[in-house]
Amino acid sequence: MKAPRAIVKWLITLVVLHGIVVCAGFFAPYDPVEQDRKSPYLPPMRVHFLGSNGDLHARPFFYSLKPREGSFDQYEQDTTEPHPLKFFLRGSHYRLLGFLPCRTHLFGAENARIYLLGTDGYGRDQLSRLLFGGQVSLLAGLLGAGITLLIGLCIGAVAGYYGGWTDSLLMRLAELFLALPWLYLLFAIRAFLPLAVSPLKAFFLIIVVIGMVGWARPARLVRGVVLSSKERDFVRAARGFGATHAYLLCRHILPETSSVLLTQAAILIPQYVLAEMTLSFLGLGVPEPVPSWGNLLSSLQQYSVLVSYWWMYLPALAMAPFFLGYLGLADSLQERGEEYKIETRSLGNLT
Amino acid sequence: MKNRRAISYSRRVLPRLLLSLFAFPGLIAAAFPQQKSTKEELLVLPGEMGRSGGRLVISLRGEPKTLNPLIAVDTRSREVISVMQADLVHINRATQLTEPALAKSWKVSPNGLEYTLVLRQGIKFSDGQPLDADDVLFTFRVYLDESLHGPQRDFLIVGGKPITVRKVDARTVVFQLPKTYGVGERLFDGMVILPRHLLEKPYQEGMLGQTGTLATAANQWAGLGPFRLKEYVAGQRLVLERNPYYWKTDMKGNRLPYLEELVYLFVQNADAQALRFQSGETDILSQTGAENFTVLSRQQRGYAMADAGPGLEYYFLFFNLSEPDEKTRAEMQRKQNWFREAKFRQAVSAAVDRDAIVRLVFQGHGEPLWGLVAPGNRRWRNEKLPQPARSLDRARTLLKEAGFSWSNGSGGESTLLDSDGRPVEFSIVTSSSNANYPKMAALVQDDLKQLGMRIQVVPLESRSLLDRVTQSKEYEACLWGLASYDVDPNSDLNVWLSSGALHFWNPSQAHPATSWEAEIDRLMEEQMWAGTFEQRKKLYDRAQEILAEQQPFIFLASPHILVGAKNVVGNFHPAVLEPYVLWNVEQLYIKNGTGNAVR
Repeated sequence: MKAPRAIVKWLITLVVLHGIVVCAGFFAPYDPVEQDRKSPYLPPMRVHFLGSNGDLHARPFFYSLKPREGSFDQYEQDTTEPHPLKFFLRGSHYRLLGFLPCRTHLFGAENARIYLLGTDGYGRDQLSRLLFGGQVSLLAGLLGAGITLLIGLCIGAVAGYYGGWTDSLLMRLAELFLALPWLYLLFAIRAFLPLAVSPLKAFFLIIVVIGMVGWARPARLVRGVVLSSKERDFVRAARGFGATHAYLLCRHILPETSSVLLTQAAILIPQYVLAEMTLSFLGLGVPEPVPSWGNLLSSLQQYSVLVSYWWMYLPALAMAPFFLGYLGLADSLQERGEEYKIETRSLGNLT
Repeated sequence: MKNRRAISYSRRVLPRLLLSLFAFPGLIAAAFPQQKSTKEELLVLPGEMGRSGGRLVISLRGEPKTLNPLIAVDTRSREVISVMQADLVHINRATQLTEPALAKSWKVSPNGLEYTLVLRQGIKFSDGQPLDADDVLFTFRVYLDESLHGPQRDFLIVGGKPITVRKVDARTVVFQLPKTYGVGERLFDGMVILPRHLLEKPYQEGMLGQTGTLATAANQWAGLGPFRLKEYVAGQRLVLERNPYYWKTDMKGNRLPYLEELVYLFVQNADAQALRFQSGETDILSQTGAENFTVLSRQQRGYAMADAGPGLEYYFLFFNLSEPDEKTRAEMQRKQNWFREAKFRQAVSAAVDRDAIVRLVFQGHGEPLWGLVAPGNRRWRNEKLPQPARSLDRARTLLKEAGFSWSNGSGGESTLLDSDGRPVEFSIVTSSSNANYPKMAALVQDDLKQLGMRIQVVPLESRSLLDRVTQSKEYEACLWGLASYDVDPNSDLNVWLSSGALHFWNPSQAHPATSWEAEIDRLMEEQMWAGTFEQRKKLYDRAQEILAEQQPFIFLASPHILVGAKNVVGNFHPAVLEPYVLWNVEQLYIKNGTGNAVR
């Protein structure tokens, strides 16, 4: 009973985290591509409850930062005017869940701008970019993993079920794909495409490529499960009663692969999020100004950013809870799978 | 702050200028009582006395490709060659005026067609072989040889005919120009004199293009510059040593250069250069980006960073205006209809926030730009050129006049439509070699989004970008930069003339495509032959006006020259002409003697 509870715990964590990213427009105070050219590399602002004279404010507030004279990236707090934090106020346009036009934001301020995680070199809000960037990176991970598992499941099932030369052929193909250097493959595909690729096209290109290349490992795992389960007694019995191949596969054999697939999914999703980040970091992912976690980190390639603006590292930290969630889930799923296996084996011995 | 620097800089330059004017004739004879051989006519450099010895380490962004001036086209090779070779007449990088170099004097005939140059007596190459008029003759024969394709050839063809050189005696040569040439003796700057005794044989065997590789043995290569080849370690460094026969001395008659060794370290990129400098591995940092400048300025331990002021680099945006051929897709032709509309280009120019580029990309170390002549070139810049502030309203009016309209989307964003009702979308290619380019492009992208244009930025590697712009012409718009190597208008002739290879928006045209390009061609040709500075300036001013009106290049900004040097480096006076920090390398010295750089 321990394992399912852990699974639920991890699932809730992940749902909450994804919920925040899906509703990025609501939680983010600003449009992620909006430039505030007066505030490049502005450090994260602090939210205060106590005023400068020590009195307690009912409503949290912040002080705006103004650039120090003659400096490019040094700011000082302007404590003359506290700006109260407003909740549920109207701001820039966005589409909730991708289609509902909306203007309400969780928080913000009037007559001043609040940057809880600071700004980047163009004065764009890092928090908004982080949240919107998560949409791109996580969706790429989820869709990529989905494609991989679908292909892996089909090929693995066919190879394992039919055996013979089909099996040999498909498994050799899988080995070929395992050996494929996907990063170079992407470079090559990118070279064939027209010069300027729209962000949407670039996004789907990444998903398709990382999804297509990774199928070999899950296919081999699925094949193993299919291979063993097709010899099980209940499968033989069903076949004896005249069940068709399709029926056998769908009703009896593929359900057996579910625990392997789920575990694989939980491992693959963070891997693919990381792959998207790698590509964007190298400039092969979604182009500027669309944010993705890889894009956000790519400014760290510059030495000056690396040593001067610590808040540019924050996107790297933000992905930690997601990865932890997925890997925790994978762990619990695997544990459950093992318990299940032991159970069935002992049952098998009894009969 | 900036002004103060500029003032102190000019104060430094002024006495130097005066000194050089008064000191030359007398000093040459008087300054060497201790020189045994009175035959040597050495050049005496005014300025602070230094001390001999020591080693100076500087980083280079990558390896130079060659030491041979005939095939050197990359900046790194040229930088190294500039300290190993010397020219007849030299442009002083600080005063931007010409000075005698290997030629101790020159005379121009009244009709301006004949330049008589007298070489210094007793000058020797770095291997001890004497220099005479035959070396000069050989050098120019090689430069003018069509089969060698030397980069110098273009500059020696005046009005379609080559310059001829003849020897009068062992020390006197006469250059005969086919036509009066406005550039005058500036022509000789950079035309380094080659050692005939080493290169004549390879030249006759047709092997000249293959000589002078970095792997050349040190005793097989010689020049007239302050340093000579000592050691080359592939992928790591190039070590040059003091040329004991160098022909310049300081005021006390000590033979220059002061430095015993000059070491070039090869590093990957600008960040690596900054890191090496910060850690003390290199003594001088030649031209760094504004970001690294800010980081290095924050903690100046044992070194000082300096903003030498506006240079001759200029960054710009341009559209593909090349003639469409059969291969050009219909879509491209449709977009070119917008680009060809002057009002469209003017609208783009009006919408670009140049001040933001200066502030965000150059962190204030730059100047907004409206014309090709960079602010560093005070002599030739047309100060009357309009410098309109950013105005989206004016941009919208211009677009409306050109037949564009807007449609409003649901999210409050508007889309610019052309006269056929199709959205205005295009891509800007830019170089990924320097972080400044994509950054500028991102700002321009956002500026133009406010006009309803949808733009994608595509960073490309510089080599493939150059191919795309000048060869295949498969691009829509491009953001790039160029640097003039001299203040004279002729240094940018390749950009101005419609036949030029760097006439990026429509390069290497057989005939000027538009009437205004024909007019610019005419003005630039005319100024080349004009006799006086005033005449040339008038013509050049007009050419600048036409360019500002037509906006084939939408000029964005010009960065300052940002450099740094350890405090122990003496006589460090960065200039805004290349080479920025090593132009006076013979006078640089290490204040506390040797053992400066950590190896």
